[in-house]
Amino acid sequence: MSYQERRALVSLLCTLLIPPVYARYALSGLPAGDPYAPEVLRFWGNFFVGLIVISVGVRVVITIVFSIVNTVFTRQVEPDITDERDRLVELKAMRNGQYIFSLGFIGAMVALAAGGTPSAMFALLIVAGVFASAVDELSQFWFYRRGV
Amino acid sequence: MNSRSSGSIDGACEVAGTPIKNNIRRLRFDHDEMTQQQLADKVGVTRQTIVAIEQGKYSPSLELAFRIARVFNAPLEAVFYLENPSDLNTPGGKS
Repeated sequence: MSYQERRALVSLLCTLLIPPVYARYALSGLPAGDPYAPEVLRFWGNFFVGLIVISVGVRVVITIVFSIVNTVFTRQVEPDITDERDRLVELKAMRNGQYIFSLGFIGAMVALAAGGTPSAMFALLIVAGVFASAVDELSQFWFYRRGV
Repeated sequence: MNSRSSGSIDGACEVAGTPIKNNIRRLRFDHDEMTQQQLADKVGVTRQTIVAIEQGKYSPSLELAFRIARVFNAPLEAVFYLENPSDLNTPGGKS
């Protein structure tokens, strides 16, 4: 398994672990009562900002740890350049992720239009984001393994 | 151009879905057994990309193809070639 494949799997692991764990703790602060209250929207704003900050921080730490562990166990340093194949893989994987997120976004808007609460819409957006990110990383793994 | 490859005895590889083959492995051998890393350094890509090209998992850009050919001091057709040139007679590839 190449470095790029391992990196994609580690990134996938982050995607599948960070949002659920964060949501488990953060969602306990969701205001009860009126689902359309300004406090609810403020909560979701804080939720998203917190999720972004936590995700970036944890990913940086995990990436550093992965790089060290990978070098120790494989005796191979990570490639110091990103070449045309890496960029092509990244673009194609991102395209797949964007398809998924677009579907999720439409679903969230449909839910809102059908009378769903803002919380339902935001929850759908988060789920769509997680799925999109997972598809992106799985696509990277697939393209590196099977060819692009 | 993509996907899986089928190697052969002479080191040529075919990119599945396209009739393009390459002689990189043989050319490396003929050039003082140049390593994949050495070739990668000369053309400015990662070793994994050279591996993918040799295995037919990646079809390089025209620029990279020319860079590889230049390293071997060979024309492009000596490095990459069509297995069946008559495919070019059919728009879009094989009929």
